[in-house]
This record gives sequence, structure tokens and C-alpha cells, in this order.
Amino acid sequence: MLSKTEALIGQQFMKIIEHNSHHAHPSFPPPRRRLISSPVAGEARFSLSLSRLIQSYLLESLAMEQDTGMFTVPQTIGSVLCCKCGIPMAPNAANMCVTCLRSEVDITEGLQKNVIIMHCPECDSYLQPPRTWIKAQWESKELLTFCVKRLKNLNKVRLVHAEFVWTEPHSKRIKVRLKVQKEVLNGAILEQSYIIEYVQQDHMCESCSRVAANPDQWVAAVQLRQHVPHRRTFFYLEQLILKHDAAARAIKIQQMEQGIDFFFSNRSHGVKFVEFVGKVAPVRSRTDKQLVSHDIKSNNYNYKHTFSVEISPICREDLICLPPKVALSLGNLGPLVICSKVTNSIALLDPFTLRHCFLDADQYWRSSFKCLLTSRQLVEYIVLDVESVSSEVNVGGSKYALADAQVARVSDFGKNDIIFNIRTHLGHLLSPGDYALGYDLYAANNNDIDLEKYKGLVLPEAILVKKSYEEKRQKKRGKPRSWKLKTLNMEVDDTKVRGDQEKTSNEYEQFLRDLEENPELRFNISLYRNKDYQPSEMASVTDGEDLPSVPLEELLADLDLSDVEDSSDSMRE
Amino acid sequence: MATRLMFENSCEVGVFSKLTNAYCLVAIGGSESFYSAFETDLGGIIPVVKTSIGGTRIIGRLCAGNKNGLLLPHTTTDQELQHLRNSLPDQVVVQRVDEKLSALGNCIACNDHVALTHTDLDKETEELIADILGVEVFRQTIAGNILVGSYCTFSNRGGLVHPHTSIEDLDELSTLLQVPLVAGTVNRGSEVVAAGLTVNDWVAYCGTDTTATELSVIESVFKLREAQPSAIVDEMRRSLIDTYV
Repeated sequence: MLSKTEALIGQQFMKIIEHNSHHAHPSFPPPRRRLISSPVAGEARFSLSLSRLIQSYLLESLAMEQDTGMFTVPQTIGSVLCCKCGIPMAPNAANMCVTCLRSEVDITEGLQKNVIIMHCPECDSYLQPPRTWIKAQWESKELLTFCVKRLKNLNKVRLVHAEFVWTEPHSKRIKVRLKVQKEVLNGAILEQSYIIEYVQQDHMCESCSRVAANPDQWVAAVQLRQHVPHRRTFFYLEQLILKHDAAARAIKIQQMEQGIDFFFSNRSHGVKFVEFVGKVAPVRSRTDKQLVSHDIKSNNYNYKHTFSVEISPICREDLICLPPKVALSLGNLGPLVICSKVTNSIALLDPFTLRHCFLDADQYWRSSFKCLLTSRQLVEYIVLDVESVSSEVNVGGSKYALADAQVARVSDFGKNDIIFNIRTHLGHLLSPGDYALGYDLYAANNNDIDLEKYKGLVLPEAILVKKSYEEKRQKKRGKPRSWKLKTLNMEVDDTKVRGDQEKTSNEYEQFLRDLEENPELRFNISLYRNKDYQPSEMASVTDGEDLPSVPLEELLADLDLSDVEDSSDSMRE
Repeated sequence: MATRLMFENSCEVGVFSKLTNAYCLVAIGGSESFYSAFETDLGGIIPVVKTSIGGTRIIGRLCAGNKNGLLLPHTTTDQELQHLRNSLPDQVVVQRVDEKLSALGNCIACNDHVALTHTDLDKETEELIADILGVEVFRQTIAGNILVGSYCTFSNRGGLVHPHTSIEDLDELSTLLQVPLVAGTVNRGSEVVAAGLTVNDWVAYCGTDTTATELSVIESVFKLREAQPSAIVDEMRRSLIDTYV
């Protein structure tokens, strides 16, 4: 009896608590919005998401009752009949089963299912209207972003997922599966996936069509010139350009009389190249532009830009007679000086006093003097006697020593008794019996205006410039070098006469010898190991000790990729 | 028997009418078809009265009543009150209630014996409900909704509640009301069941959007088929055909 009453009281108590709890949480029911996912394999996922919802709801209510310390009755979701087909289902916002809801509403209605996109087959890029071309790989993240961005009306639904459906690349179709969510019928959220087909229409982009129409079509041309009878400077410059990859953007490189022409598809590429040349050689440049076409309505103007870059004609080892003004401004240097080095400034050395100075491009072009004698006019001398005047001194990074020398021209030697007593700056290199190259002022017929301005200037009979290794080289002739250089892919006019080609190859050989003799020249350029070279033991024993050569550690191993033939073709030994 | 109806292009027939076992109130509409639908079924059995409450047509949501009485909100005019007193049978007590929740139809759901009410109703109103309607009063919620009058509708034979009602709630409610309850919808998935449906012990009216499934749920839970005189014959015929097949 007692227990029965207790139970009754307990029941009533429960009821009261329940009332209270309803008071306290008027928003007790499950969240109004429920996810209804509908696709083909939807049933399972639907129930999954729903059970998850219920779970989270139960957890929430559990947390709530822990917060308030109240007792709540566990809730079991009942089932109602779908209002259309009558199958029992868990109640949702639309009170319709997933299949009926799907038949009732299509959330992908009004969304694009077919899109045409422009694709450039040359550079594999896609047109982002109005005129941007986006480079994207097949089935890449970028391409997916691009594809989704191209869809209109996508802001009306919520995009949850996007993925590519594999298509044959040749089919020119891209298929993307999108999963979207949208609110339908009293706050039920329907999720649906559908496939969009993109049709690639091939359409060449502006730059590709320009290239395809005429690959030589250039916008900027850089005309590099040096008005000297030899090409030594350009051989050196070619190596510098290769080392710094300065002409990578050039669409065409053409060898011209007294220079090289570089063609670029963009003005800024040309400007960049001109700046590079200005850093490695004393140049002056001017630019011009020619109007090709214009469109006043859209304010478009097409120009062709031409940069004329002139390198100073002063080369290394040239003999110069400085104009009086320049000599004066350099502290009465010279007036007879040797150009010892050319970078973006010119280094001048007085061979009689070992004074030296640098002229930068501006200073040079202000009073552009010419040289008196060039290195082509060097004459070979034999040294008979050397008497050192001063000890070795370091001038501008290289060592010199003044000496009095007794020399005779090799052409005279043994024929007559013409001997010159001269002063030279090569005292540290020369010893009796050596051969040396120098300018023969004794026999030279000068008509330099600057020279005539100096009244009472006594010209020395000879000025030695460098030691000659010609005798030693005789033995090595015809043998390959242990190193090689790369060459620019330059177009050469083939109509030249045969003599010119011989001259060029002689000059190149001379350039290579210069590289061997002068470590400073090698400093800025890349030499590669010649794989074909096999050192002969004989040669190394007999004449390895005296002849200047490039040490093995300075050589680079050439990168061997698939284009091994090409790279070996572009090498010259 | 359940009938599909429409009040001036609206399917919410429960809003524009009030049906009990003793009388039927119908809103004054532009067309007679709504009234005549009630009149054909109920004419001669119970009075069908055209009225407004407080000058509005949403009478089903404003008043609450059963065969014993009718509760009207304080917005009801004297004229309307007089009209209703004149039109309704004498045993039906018509009473105006001073309650701040004036949409009594939304706050009270009742049959002839039990009433569920809004949890915030006044004590006096609760007493009035018990006295006038002669019912036992329970303050309740339906699936968390406090507007019990909107989300459930029940007669003396059965009831339909909000589709989200949990099984525990359903059990509790049917224990209180002593009638079988089912969670369901009207008007093609609408969960506001009292708005789309008006029902007494032998007849039900629902909106035209109601699907066949919903209609069959309504007919079975309110036991409307058995209420018809032809029900016995139907039952016999069905069993006959069953055996025949």
C-alpha cells in the first residue's frame, strides 16, 4: 500500500518536473533545420546524418540537464507517414520522404550544366573572361577553381564539394561533379550532386597566335655594336650573356656586321637586356620607337622599340694616345697608355710609370677617343736582355714590374742589327730569350690627331704588351683543349666570303688563348669539361710546365639531359 | 468521412471554421461554397452559424469550444456575442474570457472531456475552461511547441499531433486525453495540423492540399469510416471480397 502511494507521488513529481522543464526550455525540440541528403545512394547517408543529428541533440540536452541539474525524459523520434507516398519515415521539415522530395524539387534547376570554355592548345591555358589567360594543368587544382568560377548562379546554392570526373583528354570535355546544398520547403536542406560538362573550344591566346602567325614578330630590338675590325669583345660578351642567362627571353639573335642584334617580344625584356649590357661593358645607348598600329577608340598603341647600344671601341691591350684634355683631367697620365682591362669601365695603364686609372662609361663617352694601335698590329719581339728598375708592384689587382729591356723584332732577328732599348712594365715576366708581343712604334706610320697635339713628345721605339707563348703553342697545334665553351644560338649570315670565316675562327682561337693566359678573364665565364679530351702523357711531361692552361678545378661538368645532342652541338672547342 | 475544402483559395480550413459535436461556426466569406459544404453535411444535425469574432474571419484560431460551451476572446463585440448566443443551442454556454492571450483557439485544444492549454494561461482562465467546457485541464506542450491549439487537434475518438512529437510525448498525451493519438501532417506536409483540419466525432474537413495518405491517416485515427451508416456494409463487403479472392 505504502509503496503504491510512493509510486503515485513519484509519478506526479515526475510530471511536475516535466512541466518545469518545458517552462525552462521552450525551445526544446530538435533543431528545425534538418539535413536531407538525397543522391542516389542517399538513403543510408540520410539516416546516418539524421542519427548524427539526434546524437548531437541528445548530447546537447545531456549537457543542458547537467547545467541545470534537471531531469528530462529521454526522447525517441517517432515515425510519420510520408505525405506523398505514405511510407513510414522519421519526421523532417518537409514531412516528405527523400525520394518524394527529390521528385518534388530539383535544387540544381537553373544551374548551368553545360559550359563552353576557351582553351589555348599551344600554351595549355584557359580564358578567364574578358581577357586573362590562366595556365592550368589537366585535372589540377587551378583548373578546378577556374571551372567552378565560370559557373553562373552558383551563389543561389551552397557548394559543398567539387571533383573531376575522369574524361579522355582528347575528348575536349571536362566533367566536374559538384555537390550543392539548398534550403527547400520550410527549412529542409537538400543536398544533391550533379555533373557539369565543360566543352573545351580551342582558341589560341593572343601571344600564341602572334607567335604562330610570325615567330619573328618582335616588339623590341637591341642592336649591339662595336666599331672595331675584330669580334673579340663579342666572343667575351657571348660568354657573359650565357653565364647570366641574360638573353633567355630573346626570340631571335642575329649576328651582324660589327655586332649582334637581339630581338625580344616585349619592351621590358629589351630594357632589361640593355641594362645588363650596361653593367658589363662601357656602352652608350639610345632608344627609338616606331608606331606600328593604333586604335584611338580604345587608346591602344603598338610600337616597335629599337635600342641602339654602342660599346666603346677601346679593347683590352690597345695602345691609346690620350687627348690632352683627358690626360690633364687624369693627372697628366700618359699620354701613351695601354688599356689593361675593360669592364663597365676602362682601365688604363701607363707602361712607363705604372700609373693607372679607371674611366667609366660616362667619362669615356664625354670625350670618346680612339686607339692608336690595336692588338691586331702586335709585333713579336725577342727579348735579349732585361734589367729590372723597380721591384714588383701591385697595380689595380695585377702585378707589374718596371724594367729596361733590350729587344729585337723577330723578323729582324738574325738579319740585321736593329736592337731597341726600351722600358717595359713586364719586368716580372720577361727574361732573356723570351718572346713578347708589342707595338712597333718605330715602324708605325701614325696619323693620329691627338698625337700631333703633343709637341716634343718622344715616342718610344716599341711598347711591349704581353709575353708570347707562340713558340710553345706550335707543338700543341691541332690537339684538342681539355675544356670547351657554350655558344649562343645565333643566326649567322651564310653569304659571307670564305676569308671572313677563316678570320673569325682565327679570332676565336685567339680569344681562347687569351682565356688560357688570363685568369681574370675566366673569372666571369663558365668553362665546361671537354669529355672527348684525353690527356696524352707525353705532352704533359714535356711541355705542361710552362704553357698557361686552365686548371681542372675551374671547369664545370656539363649537365646531361635528354637533349645531349643539342648541347654538344652548341659547344665549340 | 473527411472532406477536402478550401476557403477562398486558402487550404487552412481550421482557421476559418470551428467544428464541435454540438455546433459549427463558419467565417463570413465572399463565396458561399465554404458555408454550403458544411451545410450539406451538417444541416439539420447541428446548427451551422456564420459569424465573425472581433470583426475578423479567423474564428477557428480565436475561439475554443466543445459541445458544452464556447469561449470567446475579449476582442469579441457585444453584437457578435449576442448573435452567437441566439444561434447556438441553449445547452451551449457562450462566455467571453478576459485573457491576454486572445487567440484562444491557438492556446486551447479540447474535446468534450479533456483540454490541453498553453502553459502561460491565467489561473482564472483555466478555471473558466474547466467550468464552461466541463473538461479536465492540462497545461502541456506538443513537441516543444507551447501553442497546443495549433499543433494538435483531437475529438472524442482520436487525435492528430505535430509530426515531430516523440513517442514518449505521444504516450503521455494519449494517457492524458484517453484517446489514441498519431503524429501526422495535413496539407501536403504542413505540421500546423489544427490549421489545416477541423474535426468532430463523425466528420472532418481538411485543406485541398491534403494528400490521400494524409487523408487516410486522418480517417483512420478519427475513426470516421466507422461513423458512417454505410460502414457496416463496407466492412461486410470488404470481408466478402477478401474471402472471395
